[in-house]
Amino acid sequence: MQDRILLAHGSGGKLARELVEKSFLRVLANPLLARLDDSAVFDLSGKIAFTTDSHVVSPIFFPGGDIGRLAVCGTVNDLAMSGARPLYLSLALIIEEGLTMSELDRVMASIQKAAEEAGVKIITGDTKVVGRGSADGLFINTTGIGVVPEGVDISGSNARPGDKIVLSGNIGDHSIAVLSKREGLSFATDLKSDCAPLGNLVAEMLAASLSIRCLRDPTRGGLASTLNEIAGQSGVGIRIEEEKIPVREEVLGACEMLGLDPLHLANEGKLVAVVPAQDAEAVLKAMRVNCYGKEAAIVGEVSAEHPGRVVMKTGLGTSRIVDMLVGEPLPRIC
Amino acid sequence: MRFITEFRSSELSAGLLSQIRLRSRTPARLMEFCGGHTVAIFKHGIRQVLPATLEMVSGPGCPVCVTANADIDKAIALSQVPGVIITTFGDMLKVPGSRLSLQEAKAGGADVRMVYSTMDAIKIANENADKAIVFLGIGFEATAPTIAASIIQAKERGIDNYYVLSLNKLCPPAIRAILDSGEVRLNGLICPGHVSTVIGSHPWGAIAREYHIPCVISGFEPVDILQCVSMLVAQIEKGEARVEIAYRRGVRPEGNPEAIKLMEMVFEPAPARWRGMGELPASGLKLRREYQQFDAELAFDIIAEPACEPEGCICGDILRGTKVPQDCPLFASTCTPEHPVGPCMVSSEGSCSAHYLYGGSLAG
Amino acid sequence: MCLAIPALIKSIDGLEAEAEIGGISRRISLQLTPEARVGDYAIVHTGYAISIMDQEEAEETLKILGEMASLVEESG
Repeated sequence: MQDRILLAHGSGGKLARELVEKSFLRVLANPLLARLDDSAVFDLSGKIAFTTDSHVVSPIFFPGGDIGRLAVCGTVNDLAMSGARPLYLSLALIIEEGLTMSELDRVMASIQKAAEEAGVKIITGDTKVVGRGSADGLFINTTGIGVVPEGVDISGSNARPGDKIVLSGNIGDHSIAVLSKREGLSFATDLKSDCAPLGNLVAEMLAASLSIRCLRDPTRGGLASTLNEIAGQSGVGIRIEEEKIPVREEVLGACEMLGLDPLHLANEGKLVAVVPAQDAEAVLKAMRVNCYGKEAAIVGEVSAEHPGRVVMKTGLGTSRIVDMLVGEPLPRIC
Repeated sequence: MRFITEFRSSELSAGLLSQIRLRSRTPARLMEFCGGHTVAIFKHGIRQVLPATLEMVSGPGCPVCVTANADIDKAIALSQVPGVIITTFGDMLKVPGSRLSLQEAKAGGADVRMVYSTMDAIKIANENADKAIVFLGIGFEATAPTIAASIIQAKERGIDNYYVLSLNKLCPPAIRAILDSGEVRLNGLICPGHVSTVIGSHPWGAIAREYHIPCVISGFEPVDILQCVSMLVAQIEKGEARVEIAYRRGVRPEGNPEAIKLMEMVFEPAPARWRGMGELPASGLKLRREYQQFDAELAFDIIAEPACEPEGCICGDILRGTKVPQDCPLFASTCTPEHPVGPCMVSSEGSCSAHYLYGGSLAG
Repeated sequence: MCLAIPALIKSIDGLEAEAEIGGISRRISLQLTPEARVGDYAIVHTGYAISIMDQEEAEETLKILGEMASLVEESG
């Protein structure tokens, strides 16, 4: 086998077939995929959740993860945020000519590992190869299907005054881990991306309370944007307390150095839940037992005041508005 | 984090606030000049807790905001020169020039790279010997010595593909221009912290004496700012007008002589264009003749079309403190952080941006 | 013009140093503060130490403000 991806690998001929068999089928081994039919066909009943995501992160390997893990977890989490049990994923790769086989194999191994952890199967896929310079190494699109259990009604428009806002753990880890590798910004840290599949965490939370109103994973735009979305969709105000939000020291340090706000940083293994007040403690307890919810905390509550706005009580006791992120968080000198 | 967390203490802040409330009797208008102070004041909601006697107004201390459109256009014109890599602080990327921002130029194919430090720009110069690396020099006296240091490094190491477009500016001339214009009646100045780390307290002492206005140099944490306000109030109530250093852990009266030396070795004062204030004499920095090989203005033929100001934008008035963002017809309607018309909305330190993001209906 | 943070100098190599804040470390330049020593807190702006923090002044300020804060609390 060649040691680099060539344009021919994407053109459906012998080389492409070899790639599928050696690099994909062998790693992702499951009966539906192995059929290599044009579509995967299966039975499914119940309320179906369906989502899609494209992943373009650069660099493709970063501390704590890679684009493969990110892709699987991203889509699994989108399903989980609807309360669904994630079942099947599709996997479409757009590979830049020249990517090495060993890099591809590393990504595939990571995809398989994440899929196994999340309890999902990748049952259909596609591969294209584009010319040098067209794809930053590798782009991935994943589409996911899951089933929403009876009695679960989760939506960004369900939040009601009095509900509690629960956050599953430290914010900002993913962004800072990736930023630390960017040219022109390089700083050293042990921080790793928090990239993780949250399907099990959500299942355990639902076992503690079927009345969970909203679930969201604060990815691009961070906690600030997520809370603003919920406030907007539900027509409610949200009040959070700065002191209650868990942030690692390294993230705080990097934010101080670069002039960033942890509330605007992306997370890939965290969730925000809006929970009726009387169930909040039970949900929190269930979260803290899960490895991805150990630092879970109640960070605020839903209010009837200032609908559509998110307000934060600062360490000083004053209040300030927390707005959505505009564009990318850019380091600043002033 | 040491020397940061302690200065965010709510107990110490409460103590200072009580002191301010007890002392402040005379209505007074305080100007914070430094954009970093503008952001800190909003982020910590400081305006909300100050007594009604005190009014805060923001001055032109955001280096991005005061950069004239024509100068941004120069940077963009440079980015279009084949073989040029523009290296810039993140602050400059989204600022709209007359037609484009650097970010848009980048989307159009220009090689524009964000860096945290001139050290990173020098590294890029080293790694791309066949290209010309132009660093966009913005900032005031805290940043100018770091740019000077990079030019000295480049000379010592024989790096011949590193250039600086010097748009650096000096603070005291701008403050004098504001005080001279008499447009805003000010009773106290919150003086920039890290600029003063370099230039020391004597320039502010001169201003305090000449204009009979209390000047206190402040740090950036809530405790620092409240301490500064408390010291200003004390002077105002006693009718005093002198310079004091509140930010004692970061500023010495003589500043940083080594930094001043390097800055003066590489740069000399020159007239500079300030958005909203026109051209001020001796308010900018130009590379001296001994270092002119690093001057981007001389090395490249910068052809930029005539600059035009966005219609309706009153950034200039806001920068001088004569108007507030809410006075601007474009504020929060046509001009928002997603679609900024003027730099005051782009820069995280700009008044408009700070008001929009942190102020809203809860602004004090 | 202003964003500068106190970072602990962990090691020095000529006119550069490794400085750390909250677990993040970065190479900084000491060109503007050649007098810096390991153990100092540098005030770092865009990767350069623009000053060495006066730790005594910092402690002194905190002490004075602390005393004032307790007086205020006592008086209710």
